[in-house]
Amino acid sequence: MKNTGKGLVATGVALSVLLGAGLSAAAAKTQLTVYTALENEQLRPYKVAFEKANPDVEIVWVRDSTGVITARLLAEKSNPKADVIMGVAVTSLILFENEGMIEPYAVKGADALRPAFRDAKNPPAWIGMDAYMSAVCYNTVEGQKKNIPQPTSWADLLKPVYRGQVVMPNPASSGTGFLSVSGWLQSKGEAEGWKYMDGLHQNIAVYTHSGSAPCVQAARGEYVVGISFEYRASQEKTKGAPIEVILPSEGVGWDLEASAIHKGTKNLEAAKKLLDWTATKEANTLFNNYFGVVAYPGVSKEVPNYPKDAEAKMIKNDFAFSAKNREAILAEWTKRYDGKSAPKAK
Amino acid sequence: MAIATQAGAEGRRPYLRVAGLEKRFGSFTALSGIDLTIQEGEFVCFLGPSGCGKTTLLRAIAGLDPQTGGQIIQAGRDISRLPPAQRDYGIVFQSYALFPNLTVAENVGYGLVNRRMKRPAIAARVQELLAMIGLPDSGPKYPAQLSGGQQQRVALARALATSPGLLLLDEPLSALDARVRLRLRGEIKELQRRLGVTTIMVTHDQEEAISVADRIVVMNHGHIEQVDTPDAIYRTPASLFVAGFVGTMNFLTGTKSDPGRVRLGALDFRVAEDALERGAACTICARPEDFIIRNVGRDTPNAFEATIAATEFLGPVVRARLHIPTLPAMPVVADFSLNAVTDLGLASGRAITVALPPDRLRLFPGAPA
Amino acid sequence: MTVLAEGGRRPGIDRDAWVMRAGVAGIALALFLAILLPLWSILSKSFEDRSGAFVGLANYVRFFATPSLADSILNSLFVAGMTTLLVVPLAFVYAYALTRTCVPGKKLLAGIALVPILSPSMLPAIALVYLFGNQGMIRGLLLGETIYGPIGIVMGQVFYCFPHAVLILTTALSLADARLYEAAQSLGTNRRRVFFTVTLPSAKYGLASASFVVFTLVMTDFGIPVVIGGRFNVLATDVYKQVMGQQNFQMGAVVAVILVIPALASFVVDRLVQRRQVALLGARSVPLIPQPQAGRDRAMLAFCAAVGFVILGILGTAIFASLVKLWPYNLSLGFANYIFDDYDADGWRSYWNSLKMAAATAIIGTAVVFTGAYLVEKGKGAGRQVVHLMAMVPLAVPGLVLGLAYVFFFNAPGNPLGFLYGTMALLVICTIAHFYTVAHLTATTALKQLDPEFEAVSASLQVPFWRTFLKVTVPVCLPAIINIAIYLFVNAMTTVSAVIFIYTAQTKLASVAIVNMNDSGAIAAAAAMAVVVTATSATVKLAETLVSGVLLRRTQRWRAR
Repeated sequence: MKNTGKGLVATGVALSVLLGAGLSAAAAKTQLTVYTALENEQLRPYKVAFEKANPDVEIVWVRDSTGVITARLLAEKSNPKADVIMGVAVTSLILFENEGMIEPYAVKGADALRPAFRDAKNPPAWIGMDAYMSAVCYNTVEGQKKNIPQPTSWADLLKPVYRGQVVMPNPASSGTGFLSVSGWLQSKGEAEGWKYMDGLHQNIAVYTHSGSAPCVQAARGEYVVGISFEYRASQEKTKGAPIEVILPSEGVGWDLEASAIHKGTKNLEAAKKLLDWTATKEANTLFNNYFGVVAYPGVSKEVPNYPKDAEAKMIKNDFAFSAKNREAILAEWTKRYDGKSAPKAK
Repeated sequence: MAIATQAGAEGRRPYLRVAGLEKRFGSFTALSGIDLTIQEGEFVCFLGPSGCGKTTLLRAIAGLDPQTGGQIIQAGRDISRLPPAQRDYGIVFQSYALFPNLTVAENVGYGLVNRRMKRPAIAARVQELLAMIGLPDSGPKYPAQLSGGQQQRVALARALATSPGLLLLDEPLSALDARVRLRLRGEIKELQRRLGVTTIMVTHDQEEAISVADRIVVMNHGHIEQVDTPDAIYRTPASLFVAGFVGTMNFLTGTKSDPGRVRLGALDFRVAEDALERGAACTICARPEDFIIRNVGRDTPNAFEATIAATEFLGPVVRARLHIPTLPAMPVVADFSLNAVTDLGLASGRAITVALPPDRLRLFPGAPA
Repeated sequence: MTVLAEGGRRPGIDRDAWVMRAGVAGIALALFLAILLPLWSILSKSFEDRSGAFVGLANYVRFFATPSLADSILNSLFVAGMTTLLVVPLAFVYAYALTRTCVPGKKLLAGIALVPILSPSMLPAIALVYLFGNQGMIRGLLLGETIYGPIGIVMGQVFYCFPHAVLILTTALSLADARLYEAAQSLGTNRRRVFFTVTLPSAKYGLASASFVVFTLVMTDFGIPVVIGGRFNVLATDVYKQVMGQQNFQMGAVVAVILVIPALASFVVDRLVQRRQVALLGARSVPLIPQPQAGRDRAMLAFCAAVGFVILGILGTAIFASLVKLWPYNLSLGFANYIFDDYDADGWRSYWNSLKMAAATAIIGTAVVFTGAYLVEKGKGAGRQVVHLMAMVPLAVPGLVLGLAYVFFFNAPGNPLGFLYGTMALLVICTIAHFYTVAHLTATTALKQLDPEFEAVSASLQVPFWRTFLKVTVPVCLPAIINIAIYLFVNAMTTVSAVIFIYTAQTKLASVAIVNMNDSGAIAAAAAMAVVVTATSATVKLAETLVSGVLLRRTQRWRAR
């Protein structure tokens, strides 16, 4: 009589082990856990291309929006899970560097990249991929229907006609939201910047969790204006949404998507391979499918519906400022706007 | 593996000995000072009101609710600390506890499967048992398809399947209706006699106990009041409690006077027993059937006059409620045969003279509770 | 006879008792690790600062001093109160129609009322966006109000909580004693008075119970406000923002502890109420069989049909939403939104993960829960009451809180169980723990109906208890076991609140994908995933009905007389 009551439990445990085994069946390769804030549709092409070049390594993505992935990495500091941080705002990487979470590594071929796209220190802490910037999506159909004009500047968005029609990302969770906020604070100065946001807050319908959502919502006509970033804007337009992509005349905040190795990784060699790959021309050609401005000089194929003058509209950006003041800015922002009884919900 | 027929194997040697048994639940004492010896092949009933500890004692013997203190020896083996599975008994519960999803045959063979018996041997044994309980064709049925009495017989067969040395029956008939109960108790007794298996049955039904038991253990408040044959329990109860619990009893409270005499109000009774001091409060116990009405004269001992207050027809006898003018506070009942009723014209309101023979009376100190 | 008997016996220790004790201890330890310790870690976290030093109530003071966070409490209480006020009367009438009237198609109506249980809570919210959003089909009905905020949350919650309330109230109303009504009738009492003097009082505990359950569900649901809350913050989304957005674990812990309070209160009241209810109902009451009453039955049918229409309408809207190419500009239908790889890194994988997780939860969970309940009910050893008490705890713990507790506990450096963090196993454990109580109570109820002497009989026959457990207890309780498995499966498929904190890239679940895709604006894909999940639960539920009919007829043959 070996078939005991615990047998049921044992069967269950065995089953769960089997399930677990099934998940890690492909464990022969080095599994590289990569924390990223890249857009969903970019993950697969990047993974495929990298793994083709490095068949012994398999990328396991952990994706979330910039704010979340940043917070998560900070939280896991004492018990890290990530091997590599890829496609995360440089602002956040500098933050990690200050926290001692980065393993500096001199990427092969980094010298060929634009100087602004690599950490100046030696060995560098991070390596850039592409730049992304704030952009405004404007739904022409809804705008016409509701008689709401197309904005051309940040200042336009303060006009009462936009009340309840503007969506922007919550900077606490979204890197896009943060780069807009950081951009206003840097270009207008802190006092003016906050004053601008106070005004804008009156017109905001909702602060979304992710940076893409405002543009997608504008594309679907749910709102007329979405403050998002240029890549998502051009993507939506290409998909056929009736939107215009606007880089406001005052200039836009921007950030670099960059990569770094997490200190203490057990897969250092594989991690280095991934970083080396991001500096190759092939990789940058891939990045260029989505972004107009990438790290590798000369790779600048035109992205469909990508705003023209993008490079010119990028404000003078101080990553160190953003990184250093990130927490303070977010705290202030949260205090001012998050969850405040909405002026809109009358 | 055949069922050994050991007819007449009663009372040869002690089979089960319980010594100084005690069971406490927290601060409540459920059993105390239980000493009991049961002979091999004997049929013993634990009898008592609910809460007297009879089931607790049975479950202690079964090892289901182990005792707090004391010893249990079965067939020369100290089983006091053994788990149920290592003791040697079969048990039948009031609820039958048949496995509802197993057929009758599977139920009966349940304990056999575990014993390295070959399949055909098990089938044969099950068939033998089913025949024994008179349900030879019910093997493939499910318990729910049987009547209550049939289910209880299956439970009995299951308990006996492994030929245990001891059969424990925990109120096995209580859930059945009256007629089935009567028939089944006869069958149980018959089966027990045939198999000679030492048997303990717990019951609160004194008539049931009297009819089947070789000896009855009367229990009250967690201790044993009396252990004796049904006849002795009925005729010579050892305590007021036993006297009152078993059968119908009249209690006549009085005071001990001269040796062999008890004063009951204005009456002076003669009694056979005499262990009490003069002046002690005492109670005379008299069975209704012990009243004599024929040939009662002035010199008949313990004769007194009474009026029939009411009668109740019980079939073979008529039970009369008597009013005794000299003992107005003590209503007594007396059973008279139908012959006597007819011959003497006994009816409500009749004044009669009756007597209680001294040798039938039991005398106890104190008053009934 | 005795010779033979002694041959079969081997002296030794009481194996059965030891196995049982070990089982009880094992279950107790498992529950302690899976429920109590994580909860303890969340409580202690709320009293610590970021560095882990004890700061007393400082976090709580900070919470109440932050206007936006304190506002969330009022917001949560508001939507929970509103939902309760709306859903309990609706559910009462619906349940009344199902139990006390002769409306036709009761089985169908009862089935429709349960539809929302099969969906993740995000589904109604998404459907509401399509109906009442700024491009909604019938947004005019809102008279210019926005759906993003309290209105949307309450509407979504009414849909989501309706079946829970209907289930409780149906049970309460079906426990009527016909003799009370006969008595009232024979006294010439009119129907109105009968309703207020007999029906309502007998259902009052059910009403209280339903109210508390709904209130707690709304307070702790995360899926609806995250989709449709707009700028109207509630506690459940606050936890998410604090923890996932800002990784402010301390503040998250504070919100979590605050969220436990209403759940705990409702749990305690519910326990008290149930104890009373048992005492109230005589064991010998005669079941009430409703009599036809044309006017009332027609009115009730109209009501039920209307409710059913709304429920199916919301589900239909979600299905429609998942098929439309580009709402509202390109209304052609297709399955483009079901190509999840276009919207989410994990594509369909998160769905397969959900399926695996739900299957594992159902199989392992049912085995553990049933074995645990068996040991509590029939076992030996002092730990049984402790196990029973611990099994009741999850009912008072919102999923959000449990998930967060798991993060704190299993991700704490130095925890020897840390290897579980980030694994599918942890998701399964968390989900089992989350839904333990109801499953445990179902098992306990089934076990209580068994004869208490089965174990004594098998011991007397020298059959080990586990054999009887497998040969008798499990087969007899099969209907309840299937019930538990389905309950766990459906909940594991749809749950989001606990798992949102502990999924990882490899273990992302469908419900998490719904939240993520909705977050990034891919609301149609989110709707598609919600539809897939609903279809899966519905299929399983339907399969249960069909299969168990056949299966039970075969395995439960003995029930027939």
